Amino acid sequence: MRIAVASGKGGTGKTTIATGLALALEDRPVLFLDCDVEAPNAHLILRPELIWRQQVDRPVPVVNQTRCTGCGHCAEICRYHAIAVMSGKVLVFPELCHGCGSCVANCPEAALSEYGRPLGVLEAGSTKTGITFARGVLEIGELSASPIIRQLKKWAVRTELFPHALSPEAVEIRDAPPGTSCPVVETLRGADFALLVSEPTPFGLHDLRLIVELVHEMNLPAGVIINRDMANDGALERFCVEANLPVLMRIPLERDIGQALAAGQPLTAVRPAYGMALRNLFEHIQLLEARGIRT
Amino acid sequence: MKQVVVLSGKGGTGKTSLVAAFAHLAAANHVPDAPSASQIRLVLVDADVDASNLELVLQPRQLEAHDFVAGELAVVDPELCSGCGVCETVCRFDAISIPSAPGPAYARVDEFACEGCAACLYACPQQAIHMQPQLVGQWFRSVTPYGPLFHAALRPGAENSGKLVTLVKQMARFLALDNSYPLVLVDGPPGIGCPAISAAAGADMVLIVTEPSVAGLHDFERAWGVAHHFGIPVAAVINKADICPQGTQQIERFCHEKKIPLLGIIPFDVAVTHAMSSGRPVTAVGGPAARAMCTVWDAFLQRLGNLE
Repeated sequence: MRIAVASGKGGTGKTTIATGLALALEDRPVLFLDCDVEAPNAHLILRPELIWRQQVDRPVPVVNQTRCTGCGHCAEICRYHAIAVMSGKVLVFPELCHGCGSCVANCPEAALSEYGRPLGVLEAGSTKTGITFARGVLEIGELSASPIIRQLKKWAVRTELFPHALSPEAVEIRDAPPGTSCPVVETLRGADFALLVSEPTPFGLHDLRLIVELVHEMNLPAGVIINRDMANDGALERFCVEANLPVLMRIPLERDIGQALAAGQPLTAVRPAYGMALRNLFEHIQLLEARGIRT
Repeated sequence: MKQVVVLSGKGGTGKTSLVAAFAHLAAANHVPDAPSASQIRLVLVDADVDASNLELVLQPRQLEAHDFVAGELAVVDPELCSGCGVCETVCRFDAISIPSAPGPAYARVDEFACEGCAACLYACPQQAIHMQPQLVGQWFRSVTPYGPLFHAALRPGAENSGKLVTLVKQMARFLALDNSYPLVLVDGPPGIGCPAISAAAGADMVLIVTEPSVAGLHDFERAWGVAHHFGIPVAAVINKADICPQGTQQIERFCHEKKIPLLGIIPFDVAVTHAMSSGRPVTAVGGPAARAMCTVWDAFLQRLGNLE
């Protein structure tokens, strides 16, 4: 079972829920993936010992000047304008390159080869309670989060890293980045269920609508957690009813919860009752996934 | 003309609430108990194109809407495809495959994974693939009670958020230059990757809104790292500062260490949420956070005057 915790809006409590759920499912083998590679924070709460490390490279072309005739075919082929030919000389703009390899494969002189340009790193280890933890970290100044997430998903499920990878009891929890663009799509791809965390504010609702549009398009079953719940106009819940989204859990807006979470405590430590609530939530998710809309 | 971009690293620290308050304070001296308020003409940009919320508090009236077409998607012609699978071997994004379903085999494209590189098109021996430009969103020119606003809506799941950010910023810049606006204020996206870097590109200052949580501080350091990497001056604001006083002290220490001017601290205040719910900047409602934002606004203007 692979659960992706997403939200659209940032700061609604994705990491709080994802880490809380991982800790609550202590009797199952849990793999936690921090897919928010731009701003990864789950390690601050789960405090794993990170012992595995793997660099993520993007293959970028390099020109063999003695072979290159300056024909310009590579620049015509590249859809990202990452190659330009000026007065017979090939210029590569590595930050625009997506690493697709088309220029290399199609150079008539075989004058292009590739080198690995570092985009970030993958790190993994375990927590004291036995959660296997893995995260990606985007290098400062680099643009592309998605390739790191794509690699993270493949790297972490190998049995040497997560011995229970093949167990039917295993649960993979993915902590998604905010927003609804490509890094979120990469996090949701291959997940079995989208757990959406929102808050009863106009910003929360606006961005929930967008992420719901995305999970529907991706054919993923989903449910909602209403975080920082308080007296409100009911618009968020009306939307959930209209969109046929079950509200799976509510966490009230309480100052002491906020304070403890800010200090890096997990939800299950702040209010132990949420441990049981999250285990019930997981059972609910299993039921919803079993009669899910996926084909 | 100066361009200031508001970033945070972590989402939900209060970027949009602060930008809305700044817009309100810039337009007029609306707040009676503010220590002092200064007017400045500004152009606003919402650069959080995949979760754009500034419009929810600024009540814009849309003047123009434009389609945003960017990037391409591979499309397979099932009639021409022989199912040979060469495309699958050249695709580095796991975006095209020959399903092993019964019946005639032809390549299927996973449109969520396709990056539009056309490697499959170049490799296909049957010429069964063509590329189709994608309508990935819209961008808008609007007016608000506080000044012009450029904003956008990226289709959920779409790529090219960075390009759309660059586009709305460019449009705002042209308007500001043509009409002698002294300030372009950009509400940035969370994170530190493609859209955040596109938002920060060309900025005269990055204003980082952080919060005193372990995550807030961690991501503040990363957002600062990006601005520093590109050589852009940084100023900071601590929001919800009283939620965790030790965290606030840690951020203050970090600012001191890195010589980041701290423009002010804002307390946690439910009035911010209430203002948002009524579609108004918090400074139009009042309260402790609104008063703190007035002070921050003054410090910001002073900082802006010292930039050169």
